[in-house]
Amino acid sequence: MTTALEKTTAAKDRLVPGTPLLEVRDLHVEFKTRDGVAKAVNGVNYSVAAGETLAVLGESGSGKSVTAQTIMGILDMPPGRVTAGEILFRGQDMLKMSNEQRRKIRGRKIAMIFQDALSSLNPVLSVGYQLGEMFRVHEGASRKEAKAKAIELMDRVRIPAAAQRVNDFPHQFSGGMRQRIMIAMALALEPDLIIADEPTTALDVTVQAQVMDLLAELQAEYHMGLILITHDLGVVADVADKIAVMYAGRIVETAPVHELYARPAHPYTKGLLRSIPRLDQKGEELYAIKGLPPNLYKVPAGCAFNPRCDVATDLCRTEIPALHQVTDRDGAELAGRKSACHLWKETLHG
Amino acid sequence: MAEPILEVRDLVKHYPLTQGILFKKQVGAVKAVDGVSFTLDKGETLGIVGESGCGKSTLAKVLMNLERATAGQVLYKGEDISRLSGPALKAVRRNIQMVFQDPYTSLNPRMTVGDIIGEPFEIHPEVAPKGDRRRAVQDLLDVVGLNPEYINRYPHQFSGGQRQRIGIARGLALKPEIIICDEPVSALDVSVQAQVINLLEKLQTEFELSYMFIAHDLSIVRHISDRVGVMYLGKLVEIGTDAEIYDHATHPYTQALLSAVPVPDPTGREGRERIILSGDIPSPANPPSGCRFRTRCWKAEERCSTEVPLLAVPEVLSGGARHDSACHFAAEREVAAAS
Repeated sequence: MTTALEKTTAAKDRLVPGTPLLEVRDLHVEFKTRDGVAKAVNGVNYSVAAGETLAVLGESGSGKSVTAQTIMGILDMPPGRVTAGEILFRGQDMLKMSNEQRRKIRGRKIAMIFQDALSSLNPVLSVGYQLGEMFRVHEGASRKEAKAKAIELMDRVRIPAAAQRVNDFPHQFSGGMRQRIMIAMALALEPDLIIADEPTTALDVTVQAQVMDLLAELQAEYHMGLILITHDLGVVADVADKIAVMYAGRIVETAPVHELYARPAHPYTKGLLRSIPRLDQKGEELYAIKGLPPNLYKVPAGCAFNPRCDVATDLCRTEIPALHQVTDRDGAELAGRKSACHLWKETLHG
Repeated sequence: MAEPILEVRDLVKHYPLTQGILFKKQVGAVKAVDGVSFTLDKGETLGIVGESGCGKSTLAKVLMNLERATAGQVLYKGEDISRLSGPALKAVRRNIQMVFQDPYTSLNPRMTVGDIIGEPFEIHPEVAPKGDRRRAVQDLLDVVGLNPEYINRYPHQFSGGQRQRIGIARGLALKPEIIICDEPVSALDVSVQAQVINLLEKLQTEFELSYMFIAHDLSIVRHISDRVGVMYLGKLVEIGTDAEIYDHATHPYTQALLSAVPVPDPTGREGRERIILSGDIPSPANPPSGCRFRTRCWKAEERCSTEVPLLAVPEVLSGGARHDSACHFAAEREVAAAS
């Protein structure tokens, strides 16, 4: 008996590493609230290809999660509103699609892993039921088939004794195991792209290492694209291919991972890297970026980082810097490197 | 050498597990802290690291006497404070204060900053006489780098980093000698963490404070600590100076913990050797026999399940590896240090 389920799985074409998957172009998102309009995302551009890991680095309120939610189409609107921009998935603008079309992409083509597995799972349904739901809803599988698939998935994310635990409830699993179930759920329909929003922030370091390892392994196997949203400079250095640094709703710098850590081209990135405690600085004062992250209702004029910047000039206080292509000393373009700083040359080469 | 300001001897905190409603009987205990000993010198910072559930926060609560110790002693300047109550306890608490992890929930949203920081003076009026309190609070705000004019504002008007400064000001109000910091920066943004760490270090020099610094961020702990203790499932498994722990760790758990920390530098990441521990931390209600780490340890042998390893200097080791470690097979391993 061939079921609908087996057909769709067989028809799934393998991803070729390097195929462009997603491109976000000049995205603007704002929230209308009682206190005014909060400009959460003010022109974000990034792209990710199959087999590639893009890390979106930023502090709370930098707009990194709002961008991800907009891509997934799970942003509450209202109060949220996309005021400009395009989100191209395999060349098609998802913002112009009908709800019906978007639902077909969500889960099947693009899946998301959330930070807090405990509050993302339904506490009154068994994990097997919740995993199986993906197959029942999207692929019309029967309950029995769905359960078999759920066990297979739990095996794949290395949950011990999956067949015995499939009927357990979320609270019976540890934090690391719950996050594995979230990963299994995201993987269920073998999506092209996974967006992981702070997937390990709630976990302990030894468990974090297990989960990041698992993600990397699965990515190597399926060649899916991965957008990793995090504030952890260590995790980024471990797994990312390229990085987009966000500040106050804008991309301030993009670069391949090694170059970003070696030679940042934006004062904010430079400041973040300098504030990591280093061995040779023991007993000395840490470098700290002065001031506070900006208020999104009142983003500073000009470059949003200027009040906290060590090198800001009058130009920075009046004019919003464009995302400049970064070049080396001889003027040759550095691939994938952009910086939204008027003084990127001085920052990079100085 | 001078007498330590705080000495902890075989501290135990068990939470009873009971069954039955009318006739409660104890069926077991969650062994949150199970025999911990260490000392803290004046002006010193002792870092305590470990994963969630290892008992580090319970340890802080027992030291503060917010929870009664089940057994063991906490000696403050030679006097056991773990059994004190009433006025005697109140007097001792003046000298040991705490800064909490979450600056969003540890400040009362209905009190002004002035009331929050001034509240310790209500309990210990001898520190600041009534007429002087407003000035004293403003001085404290100034010390922690906040504008003294903010005295009438409410916590929600401040950012996370500023709130943590308010929490620190409250901790400083009674001019304590010891401050226990329970994850003081983990709720803060990366760019703000460094500011708070710098503030804590500045205050330590200024007021000759002793810190017990509980955190899970190993690079921050290394930066601020003179000595570091590693906890696992209610026990200290290793303790030593920061260099001994980070560069010459001899306990397998410490080694695994250090290697699991992502290094914020992508150079050579492909070649980095990492110990990936299998499984999760066992339940503290039912810890493994013998060495508690043996269920996740790659070195475990027969002996580990029967004999509890004591926290002592392993005699066979030399150099930086000569520090307290609770492992039968303590030995150094090349680990990529968390810089």
